[in-house]
Amino acid sequence: MAAGRTRGSTGRYSALRLAWEALTGHTGWPQAWRKAVPKPRYQVVIVGGGGHGLATAYYLATEFGIREVAVLERGPIGLGNVGRNTTIIRSNYFQPDNVRFYEFSLKLWEGLEHALNFNAMVSQRGTLNLFHTEAQRDLFTRRANGMQLQGVDAVALSRAEVKARAPLVDLDNGRYPVLGGFLQPRGGTVRHDAVAWGYARAASAAGVDIIEHCAVTGIRRDGRRVTGVETTRGLIATDTVCLCVAGHSSQLAEMAGLTLPIETHVLQAFVSEAIKPVLDVVLTYGAGHFYVSQSDKGGLVFGGAIDGYNSYAQRGTLPMAEEVAGAAMTLLPGLARLRVLRQWGGVMDMSMDGSPIISKTPVDGLILNGGWCYGGFKAIPAGGMTTAHLIARGEPHPVAAHLDLGRFASGRTIDERGIGPYPYLH
Amino acid sequence: MLRIPCPWCGERDEIEFRYRGDASKPRPAADAGLEAFSTYTYARENRCGWHLEWWLHVAGCRKLIKLVRHTLTHEIRAVGRAGDSLTLPPEGSGG
Repeated sequence: MAAGRTRGSTGRYSALRLAWEALTGHTGWPQAWRKAVPKPRYQVVIVGGGGHGLATAYYLATEFGIREVAVLERGPIGLGNVGRNTTIIRSNYFQPDNVRFYEFSLKLWEGLEHALNFNAMVSQRGTLNLFHTEAQRDLFTRRANGMQLQGVDAVALSRAEVKARAPLVDLDNGRYPVLGGFLQPRGGTVRHDAVAWGYARAASAAGVDIIEHCAVTGIRRDGRRVTGVETTRGLIATDTVCLCVAGHSSQLAEMAGLTLPIETHVLQAFVSEAIKPVLDVVLTYGAGHFYVSQSDKGGLVFGGAIDGYNSYAQRGTLPMAEEVAGAAMTLLPGLARLRVLRQWGGVMDMSMDGSPIISKTPVDGLILNGGWCYGGFKAIPAGGMTTAHLIARGEPHPVAAHLDLGRFASGRTIDERGIGPYPYLH
Repeated sequence: MLRIPCPWCGERDEIEFRYRGDASKPRPAADAGLEAFSTYTYARENRCGWHLEWWLHVAGCRKLIKLVRHTLTHEIRAVGRAGDSLTLPPEGSGG
């Protein structure tokens, strides 16, 4: 309703407000974010209204006082990868720099709902990584020790403790018996749509223009400097353009004459029909690529590895669906008669070392937030905060300095699993 | 499911193959310098369109083959042996 603007933009959500609206027919809820139209000029233009773009805009406005910000999204916000992932948050990484960065993110998740005044259903139900060989146990132990050295929680679980925590797991499955697991109790899930909506609402309230249905078609430059973006809704002048379009970073960078160390691949996710609670932890399989959690609606949300070859198709193919189903059956045979309700795909920036990029580029004024492989969701708060820091201060945030674009040429790659420059294997 | 026409074995399901990445980049000469090797190793055109790529027929003849495949529609336009030089169709043509 039209009153949205006047009553709405500062209206806080609260239990009292909910009770009042329940009594008055829910007619007073304001529009959550303004439907802005593009102005001719902004201090900062963010391309991409996904998790990282919206979070960057929010932190620019609230932490760094830069409010002349536009977020340009080619469709409606929240329909890209921020709404397509399996909603897992965690910081159980191996490389010390990665542990620091993702732990920074996990701490921001812990305070996010209060900061945004939005219920994102942050649920720290724990992430449990199973191991199936002694060598894998040793590797996980080393990783857990590295995490503990930085004050991050990691707990070793015996077979009996795994069974108690996740009774559905077939510990003695014929192929890969489970020997134990490592639990990060503070890991968990977040309702991904609410992350996009919460950041959008809070950023809009702080003065950011969120412009939907506005696709960028070109990046204007004057020599080596960015001067603006051409869009389907006209030219917008700016000195700073930030790309937050993981999946399509290469295409946007090409508009500025850059070639990135990124390939685009498709990753599938699946959700089953809803059942009563059977799994209260995020579970990962150690003998294949498979992860599963149960949503609050009751569906099991699960996924596996990327399909394995370059693809811009936002849909998956059957061989990987079969592999994921096979892993599910090995680990959780009790689910054999459960039906898959939906399956979908999203396109990922697969970087050449499997780690993200938050960096200046050879084009002055062009900032890149991308290369998230398939770990971008958990990093949204940290990605937004550190990208905003890079834009506002002109230098990288200390926890994200290692994510610069220059690391490839200089040999400082951050290869979490020691795979090498083969994006299809990360 | 891709059906890949292996030049040695005929048309087979993609599960017999392993993807081996971008085949469009010739290896620089040994003395080409750091920048040439850095570009060769890391930079990728990553087009949404026709793509020249290596596939290894692991469950068949075990030879490397080349494909011209569209990265949006997954259509396979051409196939060749490892030594063949395949050309990409023009941008925006079919797929």
